[in-house]
Amino acid sequence: MIYDLIVIGGGPAGLAAASAAHDAGSREILVLERDERLGGILNQCIHNGFGLHTFKEELTGPEYAQRYIDILTGKGIEYKTDTMVLDISSDKDTLIKTVTAVSGSDGLTVYSAYAVVLAMGCRERSRGALNIPGYRPAGIFSAGTAQRLVNIEGYLPGRRVVILGSGDIGLIMARRMTLEGAKVLACAELMPYSGGLKRNIVQCLDDFGIPLLLSHTVTEIRGKERVTGVVISEVGEDRKPIPGTERFYECDTLLLSVGLLPENELSKELGTEISPVTGGPVVSESFETSVPGVFAAGNVLHVHDLVDFVSEEAAAAGAHAAAFAAELKDRAGAPDTELRDRGIEITFDGGPRYTVPQFINPAHVSGPVKVRFRVGSVLKNRVVKVLFDGNCVLSKKRNVMAPGEMEELLLKEELFAGNRGLKEIRISVEEESV
Amino acid sequence: MSELKSGHRVLTCINCPLGCTLDVEIADGEVVRVTGNTCKRGEVYGRKEVTNPTRIVTSSVFVSGSSTGARTVSCKTASDVPKDKIFDVIDAVRGVTVPCPVHIGDVIVPDAAGCGVDVIATKEVF
Ligand code: SF4
Repeated sequence: MIYDLIVIGGGPAGLAAASAAHDAGSREILVLERDERLGGILNQCIHNGFGLHTFKEELTGPEYAQRYIDILTGKGIEYKTDTMVLDISSDKDTLIKTVTAVSGSDGLTVYSAYAVVLAMGCRERSRGALNIPGYRPAGIFSAGTAQRLVNIEGYLPGRRVVILGSGDIGLIMARRMTLEGAKVLACAELMPYSGGLKRNIVQCLDDFGIPLLLSHTVTEIRGKERVTGVVISEVGEDRKPIPGTERFYECDTLLLSVGLLPENELSKELGTEISPVTGGPVVSESFETSVPGVFAAGNVLHVHDLVDFVSEEAAAAGAHAAAFAAELKDRAGAPDTELRDRGIEITFDGGPRYTVPQFINPAHVSGPVKVRFRVGSVLKNRVVKVLFDGNCVLSKKRNVMAPGEMEELLLKEELFAGNRGLKEIRISVEEESV
Repeated sequence: MSELKSGHRVLTCINCPLGCTLDVEIADGEVVRVTGNTCKRGEVYGRKEVTNPTRIVTSSVFVSGSSTGARTVSCKTASDVPKDKIFDVIDAVRGVTVPCPVHIGDVIVPDAAGCGVDVIATKEVF
């Protein structure tokens, strides 16, 4: 059989994509999840704050996941857990996709589908990339590993803790470990601003009097068998440690919360074009990658701050994937390649580091298009403008924009209706004129 | 509760991840104005945060007899508790073990730390 749609990953993005594809008419949907249960990283995010946008109430991670799992089972969508996808390929002529996966119960299995949604999420940057001098003693964990140890295994990995990096998981773990009886001495952030959400700084650090050391980094890890302490130094504008600012912190644990990277091994082997900025596939307004019929959404595409936005983005991708599958099925293996023109590349200046989507084809727009982006530094008193062939079609005032918080622009369908011959879409961030 | 000092208190609204910067104006021991909020929840939070701050507390406790090999189940206070009771609630759930199956909403510890709020399960564990 040929599935309408195979979703790679059963985390928040995969669940929302599958559910929306079902709503859009797909019936043969298969979700493949590597872990033993659906829900992905939400299962270990036991704190609350999820779902305000999606469900209009504040849920914990596992509760948010369960809402979607219930929706999936309610619709009778097929899923397989404990199943690792090894390879995805797409036939150049028929555009039929082949997904090879392995699981303990089914062994090696090859599935076919008209469309695929990539929803593998992201992974944490590791210490290797950071080159801190010192041995590699026990007691160094990524924040996500510590989160799994405390919340899933019920094991506290340390008593005196320093956190390097102010990513959200690190902030959340500062609070979690403090509540479990550990002493969190400090959170050191290389940049002059936090990588995490403001609310997490308030609730996870300020509430417990944990200092956030901006423009600081760990310059030495001491201890051979187990961490015995770390040296934290202030850094200058060049992000290099300033001699003479070293301070020793006696601790047994160092948590690393230095950023997340989209998980795209499979996407790269499949041949999708990857953005060097986001680390995720380059996509059109339909969340279609450079491989026709392969869609991507959620943290595999670009790292989000909020699961609600992951769900929203993935739902859009799922609906587009369903439409693609229906069309390809209709054409019985003779895809219309003209329809695959991805359109205009969005350009930008004055702040954004990237946009998602990267391309918009005005002829393909059905419904509003949300363009998300992140800025590269903290910007104050700005106006974000969207220019179509040089004409401002949307402008939005922003008092503060920070790299830790994703920005979004809603481009209404009507904007494109009268602009089929559009040549340039530009996002320009300008200083507000007083 | 100590008398509120007159003046401005600058807070970050934590009710949603937008994290609006609130300015709470206090005069004669009362909140007279909240500005900087994007929605009504921000105003409610700003008033409350200076008079009676509260938080939802989350944790996890051990389970026994899980058929899937699970060791823990996550839990939370069914509603928010006073900020100064956070550690008391955590102490009340520490060391608790619940038998499987556990369903979302099952009471793990009733009336935790005498706050009048139950701690309930937030995950389905079999
Ligand atoms: S004021 Fe409203 S929008 Fe702003 S952070 Fe609070 S809840 Fe969110």
